[in-house]
Amino acid sequence: MADEIVLLSIWPSMFGMRVRVALAEKGLKYEYKEEDLQNKSPLLLMMNPVHKKIPVLIHNGKPISESMIIVEYIDEVWNHKSPLLPTDPYQRAQARFWADYVDKKLYDIGKKIIWSIKGEEETGKKEFIECLKLLEGELGDNPYFGGENFGFVDVSLVTFSCWFHTYESYGNFSIETECPKLVAWTKRCLEKESVSSSLADPHKIHNFASGVRKRLGIE
Amino acid sequence: MGEKVKLIGSIQSLFSYRIEWALKLKGVEYEYIKEDVRNKSPLIFKYNPVHKKVPVLVHGGKPLPESLVILEYIDETWKDCPLLPEDPYERAMARFWAKYGDEKLWQAYMAEGEEKEKAMGPALESLAFLEKGIKGKKFFGGEKIGFLDLAVGWIPHWLNVLEEVGSMKLLDAEKFPSLHEWAENFIQISPIKECIPPREELVSYFHSALIYLRSLSANKP
Repeated sequence: MADEIVLLSIWPSMFGMRVRVALAEKGLKYEYKEEDLQNKSPLLLMMNPVHKKIPVLIHNGKPISESMIIVEYIDEVWNHKSPLLPTDPYQRAQARFWADYVDKKLYDIGKKIIWSIKGEEETGKKEFIECLKLLEGELGDNPYFGGENFGFVDVSLVTFSCWFHTYESYGNFSIETECPKLVAWTKRCLEKESVSSSLADPHKIHNFASGVRKRLGIE
Repeated sequence: MGEKVKLIGSIQSLFSYRIEWALKLKGVEYEYIKEDVRNKSPLIFKYNPVHKKVPVLVHGGKPLPESLVILEYIDETWKDCPLLPEDPYERAMARFWAKYGDEKLWQAYMAEGEEKEKAMGPALESLAFLEKGIKGKKFFGGEKIGFLDLAVGWIPHWLNVLEEVGSMKLLDAEKFPSLHEWAENFIQISPIKECIPPREELVSYFHSALIYLRSLSANKP
């Protein structure tokens, strides 16, 4: 019986894109359903009654939520191809730690730059750059966070890269100036089909953010 | 696996206890290094420079912070008494609920007055979800305690301290009978029952933490 895979997400979500990258890495076919977060579908509400958020992966009718939990699930089920987590327990733990760091820090700090009423942008920008520098340090001279191979942490972070132009524009700074190695890493990742086919266009993201800011009355 | 295991933890930290329980369940010998979260030693900054928190597991000199990450590491390294289920979907569910428990149950404790009623909503909702999840089972792990039991295992001892200090009632035995029964069963299990924090210590800590946290929000512009 062929696997039935459905992904509920919205196109600008860096969290939804992580799942797309993971599915593409594994060469999996799936049905994508675009949600309207102002008008959530009954399917979304049924499949994620706890958080009512995207992304949700539905595999043979069974839902999984929280993007990195979904990515780990995909990695475990389709473990014959492109492993995202290493085999050594300590390296696996390191990968989970850094993916957790991206989750805990980057999105919320980034929000201060893009969505906040004037005042928090400067602290947001400073904290954001500090986070990226810490991640850049962790990357070191490796081609990927996974070492020689694209892996779990790469998936967790690379999807933020299509939002970089938006952060830079509203924060008035250059990520390439602050973190050149990290930007080089994003370009390297974009050479992979799984990444380039999954990430949204940075200019479309910027227009999206601009629309939301107008709706929130901050532009 | 002869390498030395150290756990840097503190009595005040429920996150530390879940690691101790896991290590004891698996029969892993470890050295416990006691920290006071109100007065952190250089050791925490050395072993957890990113978050500067306990617990940190140090195995063969290699440090690992973040309790849920540590739990998975322990489960993968010491195979006795497996914590996570084998089935990938069940594993994903255990991870989801562990994360959920960590994120949702705290907000109500800090809130005051009208905000408290509002904040209790998500906390009660999360207990309702856990109630549904434990129905018909002795433990979240089935017949034996597992990953999710350890992850939400702070509820029996810590939640009633938070209820007392935060002046609220959350885990009502009538509203959540299955969860209440789970809590009663959980604290009877060895090694859990031999490894619990002294209640007065927790009350005093959370009481002063609450005053501090409320003063922070009062001082926000």
